[in-house]
Amino acid sequence: MNFDFTDDQRMLRDQARRFLEENASARVVMEGEEPFDRGLWTKICELGWPGAALPEDEGGVGLSYVDLCVIAEELGRALAPVPFSSSIYLALEAVRIAGAEEQKKQYLPKLASGEIIGCLAAPEGVGALLPKNIRAEVSGGKLSGVKMPVADGDIAGLAVVVAKSGGDAGLFLVDLNGPGVTRERIETIDPSRSHAKLTFDRAPAEALGKTADGWDHLTRVQDHAAVLFAFEQVGGAQKCLEEARDYAMNRFAFGRPIASFQAIKHKLADVYMKTELARSNAYYGAWALNTGAAELPVAAVAARVAGNTAFLFAAEENIQTHGGMGFTWEFDCHLYLRRAKLLALTLGSEKRWKERLVSNLEARNAA
Amino acid sequence: MDFTDTPQEAEYRAKVRAFLSANAEKKEPGKQFAKQHGEEGLVPLAKEWQAKKYAAGFAGITLPKEYGGQGLSAMEQVIYNQEEAGYLVPRGAYEIGLGMCIPTMLTYATEEQKQRYAPVALKGEEIWCQLFSEPAGGSDVANAKTRAVRDGDDWIINGQKIWTSGAHFSDWGIIVLRTDPSVPKHRGLSFFFLNMHSPGIEVRRIKQISGASNFNEVFFTDVRVPDAQRLGPVGGGWRVALTTLMNERLAVGITPPPDFEEIFEFARGLELEDGPAINDSSVREKLADWYVETQGLKLSVFRTMTALSRGEDPGPESSINKIISSNKRQDIANFATDLMEQAGVIMGADSPMAGMFQESVLSSPSGRIAGGTDEILRNIIAERVLGMPGDIRVDKDVAYDQLPQGR
Repeated sequence: MNFDFTDDQRMLRDQARRFLEENASARVVMEGEEPFDRGLWTKICELGWPGAALPEDEGGVGLSYVDLCVIAEELGRALAPVPFSSSIYLALEAVRIAGAEEQKKQYLPKLASGEIIGCLAAPEGVGALLPKNIRAEVSGGKLSGVKMPVADGDIAGLAVVVAKSGGDAGLFLVDLNGPGVTRERIETIDPSRSHAKLTFDRAPAEALGKTADGWDHLTRVQDHAAVLFAFEQVGGAQKCLEEARDYAMNRFAFGRPIASFQAIKHKLADVYMKTELARSNAYYGAWALNTGAAELPVAAVAARVAGNTAFLFAAEENIQTHGGMGFTWEFDCHLYLRRAKLLALTLGSEKRWKERLVSNLEARNAA
Repeated sequence: MDFTDTPQEAEYRAKVRAFLSANAEKKEPGKQFAKQHGEEGLVPLAKEWQAKKYAAGFAGITLPKEYGGQGLSAMEQVIYNQEEAGYLVPRGAYEIGLGMCIPTMLTYATEEQKQRYAPVALKGEEIWCQLFSEPAGGSDVANAKTRAVRDGDDWIINGQKIWTSGAHFSDWGIIVLRTDPSVPKHRGLSFFFLNMHSPGIEVRRIKQISGASNFNEVFFTDVRVPDAQRLGPVGGGWRVALTTLMNERLAVGITPPPDFEEIFEFARGLELEDGPAINDSSVREKLADWYVETQGLKLSVFRTMTALSRGEDPGPESSINKIISSNKRQDIANFATDLMEQAGVIMGADSPMAGMFQESVLSSPSGRIAGGTDEILRNIIAERVLGMPGDIRVDKDVAYDQLPQGR
């Protein structure tokens, strides 16, 4: 039984935490002009994090998915304003899962080194991500349509686009610096992570794998990403819990630290419980991702559902624990709320993830 | 990360499985041991089961060999518990005695007493209960009023205990008594063990909401207990009680069904106006929540095992178990009965799963109280895990007999 990080992974976690505490701040982006922290991204690429889970012979660092989960937890904790999730959890994983050999050779090393930034362009405004809602269309190798919101769509060089072709919804690679692409930065609830509206007008598009398998590929990409996003959520939730506790210990009211009031203690005990449930589910997702277990569709989605609940709850209660200061721009509480809400909606709503969990459970039981 | 046992653990697990499959019935959704055998049949069956466990070497897994235990680690205990959870076995007679009373005896009793009481208890021949709570002190255990007054080599007990599980079939009990009311409450307590068949003890069953009687009131009228049966010093009873209570979380253990498995099964089988209940989106959302909680708790046990196997102290993750599972049980029971519409009120065999959900509507509130209320458990998490300060104690330095007491 080894259901925890190894000593090496704990060391990686400690190093990552120290590095990000010194180098990462969501405010740099929120209050600056740049869409992401380029300096931080360069350093992260130098550390080899983007290629952590990719084998060396495919251009990666050759650690494991569990190591990538360790990194994800720390990025979530630090609210790192970099395109890591778009480029690695989504674009790199999409190429890894769906790409033909030639495409893997061409793109994986570049994504793993950070030479190019990737993104996933899936949603088209309000509405669930379902094949019937996809209007973007590839015809004769040219893509037309509008995608919004696309995380890091304004800064990425490569997009994995979900589009229809010959009636099937599939995945396509598009060079965002090429012709027929218009990018517009859009405002979102979390300005520390940039988002764009991408308009394609007969932009050259290359099928990523077989288009007929596209939706299955997308589902698998989402399963992989679900585990990694869940670790970001666990990291964020844990940080909110620590911030709330520390504030409560040092904030005095009615002649005593507010941490001594049961109303505050019980609130934070609830945050703790949800965070622990999320952590245990995330660990299981990490194991399933790392071993390619048949349990992955259930484990990954459960991790995601638990992560959604924990981070959003922790971020909200952190604000409440801080009282009036909690809703000021100056205090960091809102940064966590923004990120928690962003992550809760990334790749679909809470309701959609829950729906998917039960579907996967039914499928498992039927098997 | 992996879930494989070490060769040593795997060998132990195989031994446990072989024992259980040869001696117990496998659990299925909706089946409960108590339901099949009735409350009154439980004790003889539990005795028989305990004797089998002892003979096969599965009693007192973590207790020392010289007192009849197996001298193994918490890891073997967790493995045994995991495996036993998949079987229908009689629970409810020995958990408190072997989980709380005997460990307390082994910490504080004399060598002769340990030899006399521990092996007999492990064989199942004597059953123990724990007499802590009183009408005036449930969560506030140190508020015990029941008096013990010294009389030569004996103490004479007068007063009342309550919520004593199994007092009506127990042979021995451990008890916290007020030996000095003139000092602040934590300092005036002493700890004893006593024969539950002593003259002057009267046990009355408490009938619960559900109709079941798992607890008792115990009345003491001039009950004599020898001073030789005192555990710890006079006035040092609170420290001993803390030893017992530290074991409680582990001893109270498994929350009975319905759990995710039962509600999932039920939702798949129930027809609503538009088809099976499981196709209803409101049902699906709830199922997802319960799955994540059930799975999260199960997986947290793996994290505890990992810590144990590395020789580390288990983390605090185990402290969340009871509060989440008992609340979930209440939630599931209410939701399932609601899905049944007007027929949700029907108890017993005419209701799905033999009325398990209705029974749980009535019995689940007790799960959120027994073994530490939701509120006390949240305090424990906040104080011991998060390091937040204890509450301000208005009773700390006041003589016990000067404290205000309600009715």
